[in-house]
Amino acid sequence: MSALNGTRIVELANERVAWAGKLMGDMGADVVLVEPPGGETSRGHAPFAEDAPEESLYFWHYNTSKRSVVLDLDHAPAREAFLALIATADVLIESEAPGRLAALGLDYADLVKTKPDLVHVSMTPFGRATARKDEPATDLTLLAGGGPVWSCGYDDHSLPPIRGGGNQGYQTGCHYAVMSALTAIFHHGVTGEGQFIDVSMHAAANVTTEMASYYYLIEQQTVIRQTGRHAMPMMTMPVQIECADGRYATTGMPPRTPAGFGDLYDWLERLGLTAELPEAIFLDTARRRESIGFADIGVDDEVTAAFAAARDALALIARSSTADAFFNGAQEIGITVGAILSPEEAFDDPHFVARGFPVEVDHPERDEPVRYPGAPYQLPASPWQISRRAPQLGEHGEEIFAPLGIDARAVAEAP
Amino acid sequence: MTESNGASSRHGSARPNGTALGTVRICDFTGQLAGAGATKWLAAFGAEVIRIEDPTNQGQWDVLRSMPPFVDDCRGPDFGGGFNNHNVEKRGIALNLRTDRGKEILTEIIAKSDVVSENFAAGVLDKWGFGWDRLRQIREDMIYVSNCGFGHTGPYAKYKTWGPIVQAMSGLTFTSGLPDHEPAGWGYSYMDHTGGMYMALAILFALIHKQRTGEGQWVDLSCTEAGLSLNGPAILDYTVNGRPSRREGRPEGNRSASPPMAPHGIYACDGEDDWVSIACRDDADWAKLADRIGEPWAKDAQWRTLEGRLAAQDELDERITSWTRSRDKFEVQRNFIADGVPSAAVQKPPERVDHDPGTEEFGLWPFVEHAKMGRVRVDGLPAHFSKTDWKIERGGPCVGQHTDEVLAELLGYDADELARLHEEGVV
Repeated sequence: MSALNGTRIVELANERVAWAGKLMGDMGADVVLVEPPGGETSRGHAPFAEDAPEESLYFWHYNTSKRSVVLDLDHAPAREAFLALIATADVLIESEAPGRLAALGLDYADLVKTKPDLVHVSMTPFGRATARKDEPATDLTLLAGGGPVWSCGYDDHSLPPIRGGGNQGYQTGCHYAVMSALTAIFHHGVTGEGQFIDVSMHAAANVTTEMASYYYLIEQQTVIRQTGRHAMPMMTMPVQIECADGRYATTGMPPRTPAGFGDLYDWLERLGLTAELPEAIFLDTARRRESIGFADIGVDDEVTAAFAAARDALALIARSSTADAFFNGAQEIGITVGAILSPEEAFDDPHFVARGFPVEVDHPERDEPVRYPGAPYQLPASPWQISRRAPQLGEHGEEIFAPLGIDARAVAEAP
Repeated sequence: MTESNGASSRHGSARPNGTALGTVRICDFTGQLAGAGATKWLAAFGAEVIRIEDPTNQGQWDVLRSMPPFVDDCRGPDFGGGFNNHNVEKRGIALNLRTDRGKEILTEIIAKSDVVSENFAAGVLDKWGFGWDRLRQIREDMIYVSNCGFGHTGPYAKYKTWGPIVQAMSGLTFTSGLPDHEPAGWGYSYMDHTGGMYMALAILFALIHKQRTGEGQWVDLSCTEAGLSLNGPAILDYTVNGRPSRREGRPEGNRSASPPMAPHGIYACDGEDDWVSIACRDDADWAKLADRIGEPWAKDAQWRTLEGRLAAQDELDERITSWTRSRDKFEVQRNFIADGVPSAAVQKPPERVDHDPGTEEFGLWPFVEHAKMGRVRVDGLPAHFSKTDWKIERGGPCVGQHTDEVLAELLGYDADELARLHEEGVV
């Protein structure tokens, strides 16, 4: 059994919060997705299976392990059905505009009358209670206003700062929403008590910027964006190199021990590249030292030269190798570098395949199962698992509402 | 034989104290952000988090201990600004695990802890004699969460990572950038933050499982796998349609293909490196944008439909820029928001920390009291609970700050024993 087996979560469909429901559904929760007539907007988001606009891969990904019911909440019988559903639930998770649920008579204060120990997680762009609560927002504007975008982009500041891909603003909000839900579920397990939780996506972005926030909080310094590396108060040396196969690598950290410098020299020699880098001699010299560290850069000429040679050697090897060969070769001698893989290259990478990361999910309507991204964590006693493909619109109305004495079709649409 | 503490229950080994996680005790070896960020959340919600550090190197296995930024330029292992930020509300003890006595004391602490957490390279804890088999022997219901870049199994298990490597290997660096440019990547360790969140999630799932079944487990977390799950639609486009992300016109920079929006971008404004983001969700948003811009070109019929706007995005972006360039970014934001169109200035740290009601009214930047740094502001948490909210008041621990306190309170050591342990260099 998985960690959340036996926990029912009602998710009011909204693309912002879909990831949160999936994270809990894949850990065993019974997630009931409540969609409006016509379905959640993201059923229409690209990409589509075989480019047919009724099968959104976006929707498939974000809604595994959920069941779908349709409720037109602007309609009284549907609101009663919603209350009946909440009475059977442990958690409500939603991203409705502040005020909307209260106007429908379905906010926390109303819901606890039927379900006193409900955990209600509201995740909205600016939280329920700040002056900015009604501002419209998207993933782009949240990441721009919340801090992440300021730190991302290129050395060339005539280019705009860049939003990282993949709806990370929504996903970051969802990570905090799920951490909140689980914390409250655990507390409920101890005391039997539920509560209301107000998650702000803007706040989530703001506390997910690493040094950008705390350099300012502590030293009142403002970091500056730089290509492919940490934004810092000052410009630092470039780290990305285009490899021989056209892919990029990130060169990361230099060696940390005298032996490490020696290993790098030997690697260079094995590749027949020593002649192209006269400074390589400093690597060979460094291997005979008792110790070597960053602290002596600029103090000890030999150390300064060795670190500079290590940088140049790594760049030379990267330019002369495929990204994969560079990554494996460097890591084998203990130098922390990475190949910049596209999502599909990472998905097919032998390491993740060997660990069983890609999983197959059955789609009864298709001839073959579909391969999905797998477990973000491996909990052997309470395993992660996609229990079903994303639901079709209203697919589970009858099985969910019949036991409650409710006619699923009658509440799906206003008469 | 199990040496578990009879006082514990399925809820944990600490006494309930009215907080959400007050029954939970964590023996914490985490460092940097990817590990310490996880236990920060748990500590802020009341879990008793005891950091175990090595006195012989002043706890330097967490390099952030002595890294900038610094308050008043005071340096040293107790002054790292990032360390303080990630370790608020935790206690810290210094324990020399190279000594047998140190290992005995650690065993006693583990026996009274519900969770052991670490983010060392694979195999480090095992080498010290505290691998999974030993932990489970000390406590049958132990929850052990290890977090490393590539996980504890597989061809790269021995390879090392830090945030930017995890981002590179998981597809996240690749998907951040302009087409026909090298990757822009992430200007911070997005996957140290997010890896820490997945570690917190893993601990919470395991705590709930134990609460319900009495059973512990070892959770093997690979940050890179967590990262890989964050580009799902792109991966399904590949597995279902065979369409790779490495193709002409990708990554999409600041544009949005899913759902399709235009204009959707970040535009230069008046001022030094000042920019504003605008997301036009539909034709109704466009009508409001066009009104606000008020220039003749904006009324052209070609821009009235999404199709028309998508077909000439380069031209559209140039025209928008020619309008924003002479304007203040906050003025643009204010006007578009008033019109109901999503727009936000690209905020610099001082702007979002000191002049933004969205953070200030949320209480997002609490002050903590640090034993040596004094009063310091840190990142708060982005959620408020109506009954058991978080509390962040205590600064991160100095090296060994709580050694005597923890050994006395938790293990019942008296002053003589403590003096001896100090003398022998065990603590």
